[in-house]
Amino acid sequence: MHIVVCIKQVPDSAQIRVHPVTNTIMRQGVPAIVNPYDLYSLEEALRLKDQFPGSRVTVLSMGPPQAETALRKAISFGADEAILVTDRAFAGSDTLATSYALASAIRQIQQDMPVDLVFAGKQTIDGDTAQVGPGIAKRLDMRLLTYVSRVDSLDLERREIVVQRRSEGGVQVLKSRLPVLITMLEGTNEMRFATMPNMFRAARYPLKVWDKDAAGIEDVSKTGLKGSPTIVSKVFAPTPKTVKAEIIDTESNNPKDIAVTLLAKLFTRHPNLQAEIGKRS
Amino acid sequence: MDEKFDAIVVGAGPSGNAAAYTMAKAGLKVLQLERGEYPGSKNVQGAILYSDALERIIPDFREDAPLERHLIEQRMWVLDDESYVGSNYRSDEFNKPPYNRYTIIRAQFDKWFSQKVREAGALIICETTVTDLIMDRTRVIGVRTDREGGSIYADVVILADGVNSLLAKKAGFHPELHPKDVALAVKEIHFLPQETIEQRFNVGGDEGVVIEMAGKITQGMVGTGFLYTNKESLTIGVGCMLSDFKQQGTSPYALLEQMKSHPSIKPLLAGGEMKEYTAHLIPEGGYNAVPQIYGEGWLIVGDSGMFVNAVHREGSNLAMTTGRVAGETVIELAARKKPMSAANLALYRKTLDDSFVMKDLKKYRNMPEILHGNHQFFTTYPELVNRAMHTMLTVDGIDKKTKEREVRQDFRKKRSLFGLMGDAFKMWRAFE
Repeated sequence: MHIVVCIKQVPDSAQIRVHPVTNTIMRQGVPAIVNPYDLYSLEEALRLKDQFPGSRVTVLSMGPPQAETALRKAISFGADEAILVTDRAFAGSDTLATSYALASAIRQIQQDMPVDLVFAGKQTIDGDTAQVGPGIAKRLDMRLLTYVSRVDSLDLERREIVVQRRSEGGVQVLKSRLPVLITMLEGTNEMRFATMPNMFRAARYPLKVWDKDAAGIEDVSKTGLKGSPTIVSKVFAPTPKTVKAEIIDTESNNPKDIAVTLLAKLFTRHPNLQAEIGKRS
Repeated sequence: MDEKFDAIVVGAGPSGNAAAYTMAKAGLKVLQLERGEYPGSKNVQGAILYSDALERIIPDFREDAPLERHLIEQRMWVLDDESYVGSNYRSDEFNKPPYNRYTIIRAQFDKWFSQKVREAGALIICETTVTDLIMDRTRVIGVRTDREGGSIYADVVILADGVNSLLAKKAGFHPELHPKDVALAVKEIHFLPQETIEQRFNVGGDEGVVIEMAGKITQGMVGTGFLYTNKESLTIGVGCMLSDFKQQGTSPYALLEQMKSHPSIKPLLAGGEMKEYTAHLIPEGGYNAVPQIYGEGWLIVGDSGMFVNAVHREGSNLAMTTGRVAGETVIELAARKKPMSAANLALYRKTLDDSFVMKDLKKYRNMPEILHGNHQFFTTYPELVNRAMHTMLTVDGIDKKTKEREVRQDFRKKRSLFGLMGDAFKMWRAFE
């Protein structure tokens, strides 16, 4: 079985700061990490590889040359191959152009060995669109399972996979034929701790770097800024809400008195609250 | 199959990087292990880069290293609660390249340094903690990591794992740190627009200013404060001996908050936004606290060897120098096909003894002792000096002779004549 896992290197959004003067996002010095959702995908793929010996896991990423770090990390966890699709022509790609380039790259990968499963994270933490995974599936004419929380079973003979998919009303148990593209939810598994031999392998791994030709891009106008109809008109930081805390003095330290004072304060602030509570009780 | 290297360097700080770079450049098969997520993620420094030490490792570092400002002015402040007495040294000589000292932001600098180590040919593996040294009787023959299949072998292991060298302690090379031998420093980086910094500190272009501070800001504890100008930010910090923190029960962040509110410091930081805060231990035990730094198949470099000159606020240059010398020692032994025995590795200690590293540490060997026993240097004197200045500069109809007498009486009341002479003697001895 051949599994392709799509990953993206993203700035650690928890550490992004906003420039106090220009109000723009300061990316300098912000550590780059593997998009956390993609790690759930990768671990799920690695578990299937453990379950079906002889399987191959290929990790694929599109991004600037620095994204190499993310791919090496994937190798250290146990992926077999890693491909970085990078070309100046891809600069400024939105989700449409990105899914086009990644779909082309997967077609190239397939020439080497047919692909049975493609995994992607539910979304990235920098773009938050959740569009690239489905975009790839559409372009490859693959079945698509999004928001998957668990892979229940995989039958390679019958070429069927059963997964749990989280929806608003509950959990759906879905069966699909292979090949299929799956986008994984968070919290579905925990990434393994890399072994020392895999750490060495990752450090020495001769990364495959594909430019637009190697990735089999047929129409360059569908990539990069040209192929991206999305326009970012403005990026700004929301003004922080100024909520003022209030210290309420109480006459005694008796918990009951404190509670009574607090309630009185609450009711004066929210006049409808008292009536509402009265109605319900 | 087990991996085998010529040398394993534990840690990716300045000393580890210097050692790994030097050896890899010479063609040795080097593995560098770092427990942090990436090289530099655990590193903290003021930070001032001393060109000389790095130049001896990477002569053309100025071409691409991320440097903030070269220093053209040094201010030294002795602070009372509301005032400071200071001296400045500013010279256009410092504006002539090659520059001698720079402010740096370690997060960026360490990334650059590590890239150089990688380019030199060393294999760097992060997020991997060395848990033990593998011994063959008394000889170190490799390291054990926290990962499955994690035994790795080498002819020599260089411990560059920092001030709190757990590994050296576990192996028994290093005694448990004593609170009186380490300082605890906290610092913050405050973002400010470039123009504001240039106006506030009277500098232009890439020029920078350092303010070293002592006195009441450490609330009676042995320690100093500092403020450095970066390109688009200011670094402010304070460090005191851990034993003093413990005894006084002061919390480091409260100390820094207090310092930031000092009327002479507050306006310098005004309008800034804090973007980073860090804390770190600094080994300040000096010459007498330097442990055994070489043995059968191992060397200790940098902070784990107590290589810090607390008096002159130098550490990273000692780290880089000890790392480089350790690397060169290994290269020389390897070239002559000599075993990495304690007798041969003793060359490392000998080279350091003949260098500024040990000479400087030796010069100030009594300093920690003197400062620990004489807190008046951090309380009484700053107050007296500031008060004297205040008295002399206040024009209030009192004649100068009377004022001078007041100042003298003030000094003698606080410290007897013998005390004053004794303190002067102690200081002279310490700097002799």
